[in-house]
Amino acid sequence: MILKKFSIENKKARDLIPQVITVLALLSVIIYFATNAQINMGNRGISFGFGFLNQEASFDITFSMIEYDGSHSYGRAFLVGLLNTILVSVIGIFFATILGVIVGISRLSDNYLIAKVAEWYVEIFRNIPLILQIFFWYFAALRALPLPENGISFYDISFLTIKGWYVPKFIWTNLNIFLLSLIAAFIAIYFIKSYATKQREEFGKQIPTTFISLSTLILIPLITFLFLGVSLTFEYPVLKQLSPTVFTYAGGVSIIPELIALALALSMYTATFIAENVRAGILGVGKGQKEAAASIGLNKNQILKLVVMPQALRIIIPPTTNQYLNLTKNSSLAAAIAYPDIVLVFAGTALMQTGRAIEIISITMLTYLTLSISISIFMNWYNKKMAIKEK
Amino acid sequence: MNLIAKPSKENIKTYVPIGLTLVSLSFLDVFVNAFFNLNLMAFLPSKFSYFLPMILGFIGFYLIRIEFSEVRYLDILNKNINSNNFNALLTLFTIFIIIKSIPPMLDWFILEANFSGNSKDDCTGDGACWVFIKVWFNRFMYGLYPDAEQWRINTAFLILFALVGISFFVSEKLKKYFILFLVFVFPFLGIKLISGGSFGLEYVESAAWGGLSLTFIISAFAILFCFPIGVILALGRRSSLPAIKYISIGFIELWRGVPLITVLFMSAVMFPMFLPDGTFIDKLIRVLIAITLFEAAYMAEVVRGGLQALPKGQYEAAKSLGMGYWRMNALIILPQALKLVIPGIANTLLALVKDTPLIFVVGLMELAGMIGLAKTNPKWLGMAMEGYVFAGLVFWVICYAMSRYSQNLEKKLSTER
Repeated sequence: MILKKFSIENKKARDLIPQVITVLALLSVIIYFATNAQINMGNRGISFGFGFLNQEASFDITFSMIEYDGSHSYGRAFLVGLLNTILVSVIGIFFATILGVIVGISRLSDNYLIAKVAEWYVEIFRNIPLILQIFFWYFAALRALPLPENGISFYDISFLTIKGWYVPKFIWTNLNIFLLSLIAAFIAIYFIKSYATKQREEFGKQIPTTFISLSTLILIPLITFLFLGVSLTFEYPVLKQLSPTVFTYAGGVSIIPELIALALALSMYTATFIAENVRAGILGVGKGQKEAAASIGLNKNQILKLVVMPQALRIIIPPTTNQYLNLTKNSSLAAAIAYPDIVLVFAGTALMQTGRAIEIISITMLTYLTLSISISIFMNWYNKKMAIKEK
Repeated sequence: MNLIAKPSKENIKTYVPIGLTLVSLSFLDVFVNAFFNLNLMAFLPSKFSYFLPMILGFIGFYLIRIEFSEVRYLDILNKNINSNNFNALLTLFTIFIIIKSIPPMLDWFILEANFSGNSKDDCTGDGACWVFIKVWFNRFMYGLYPDAEQWRINTAFLILFALVGISFFVSEKLKKYFILFLVFVFPFLGIKLISGGSFGLEYVESAAWGGLSLTFIISAFAILFCFPIGVILALGRRSSLPAIKYISIGFIELWRGVPLITVLFMSAVMFPMFLPDGTFIDKLIRVLIAITLFEAAYMAEVVRGGLQALPKGQYEAAKSLGMGYWRMNALIILPQALKLVIPGIANTLLALVKDTPLIFVVGLMELAGMIGLAKTNPKWLGMAMEGYVFAGLVFWVICYAMSRYSQNLEKKLSTER
């Protein structure tokens, strides 16, 4: 009776009731879970806390970008996993973008065969679960590679074998000077570009920016090689006999098959989605735009560069970032083939050893959540910046 | 002079036959090479004979590229695969790769493959060993479900298909009850039939379920539950009540920000810690809850897209008719909004089906998991390729059919405005 009176007469009260009920329900669920967790942990004699991160991990990781062995801490193991996740995501994003753009443009090709092949590529790889593709590459395709002693050699500097891909190792001296020079070159290019734009807009002068920036990009690092003591040598992998039947390669860098399989599957799968985005983006630019551009005398390249691409990118980029995020999250499937990413190392091995389910799962999820949310915040900012400013 | 002139309508009589001959010669060369392992041009230097078909084909395509030839087939050909030099190269390249890849594929799949027998020793050919699939087929479909009880799964699915089939033919009035029965009653009857434990049926614990039937069971239940939850979350996110709005946003973004595999890990190792000591929730149910909540968040975002796309006038019109919030949404807003986002819904459901193999994390084995188990069986080592190709084909057929169906549904329901 009271409820009814409230709901009819007072909008504020009417709005308040469902909110209070929801919040109370949520709170009671949380409190229920928290008390249970406390009791359970008390029974097992463990207390909530993150001190274990400093304890010695005492397990090995097969592939690490930073120095790591069993004597390092769980915190360090987490970092190794995170870096491996980032590594495979970056590789995946790089190749997925290239492949996706090629396939997306091919789908719009006026060559019937190319368009059909691209279409079937998308239909096939999009409709097979990613995990199956990873399994296929890892357990079936890469297992068919030869043993180290007769590995597939690429001009004797890199070898593809069942145990991984051995590539030359870069040995730098004064690497930081080289990197600084690269940064300097990029800054210089930025200023050249803005100067050229200004000249074009104010005086109508055309400056060949592509040529100048390319030569800057080559010249400045070249100077560091010649005068500032930067040098680069390669350490090539060499076949080594461990025992009468067991061979391996010494030297160089070994790219483990898990990483190859994962990167292959991730980029081929995500490329299908990026291809669809690219296609939709290019189709989304009105025909009138191209015709208008042609009628004011722009040539084909200028139309593509100045009229079609800026508008198409506006349509392409937001969903493509979503795909990048998906790829990063999907890289967690690494756990299925034992690529030591954050899920396998941290939510797998570290959890089994410490038994700290709540802390470890929360850290893992929070890491992904931070990654996702920071990228989406950046994307929102970017979208606002790129949005058409109507006058 | 006439010979090096640009191909045009005047010299069509000489150029087209020469061009077609060259093109067919190049295809013939590649074809013979691929299928019979013969090199017709072996008398030429090896590097040159390797590129010869490309060169021949390219010249041939150049010669037949005659604009407005008024020969219908030639025009169609030129327009579609031979509009300029670059396209001609691409065409040749594609065709060559297709011709080259047919024989090894054919060999592996059919010609060199073994179909009969019942152990690995029967696989003597170089191709696929389909005996593996044949022997393990039962396991791939039903997991570790006892053989004698498999009729229960079959019956449940047969009844489902029969009901769905019949519902297409009954009158509109009956159809409503059919659908209500299918959605609210049948799933639980079916699960009772499969799990057993009463009516004289032997109890089969969920750990024994598996194979493709488990993929279907999980997908069906997750779809059933994630849809209403997603709609409610979407409405919550659009609500004017701040507490409900922010709780919905938080919930949606939390699930969308993490990979499914961590959610499954959570349901496996972290969730039991949150329950009173001694309470045990079946593994399958925990997984189902995890997948449902995860996909519901994605569903909510899709539905929200539809809600946002509706013009404000629809809301105002509904309100001016005196409809309350729930009646407005159920009768006016949602039917239109959902229709707008059919492709998005279909994509989410597809993603759900494609995500089901991830349940290996908690030790449940659907199709991909069973293949993983079978290929590590000592008697069947080295069968990974066959297994994953088979699983890939099965999933592909399911997902492709789903996406086709959604496209049809979209066309059928689209009302031009």
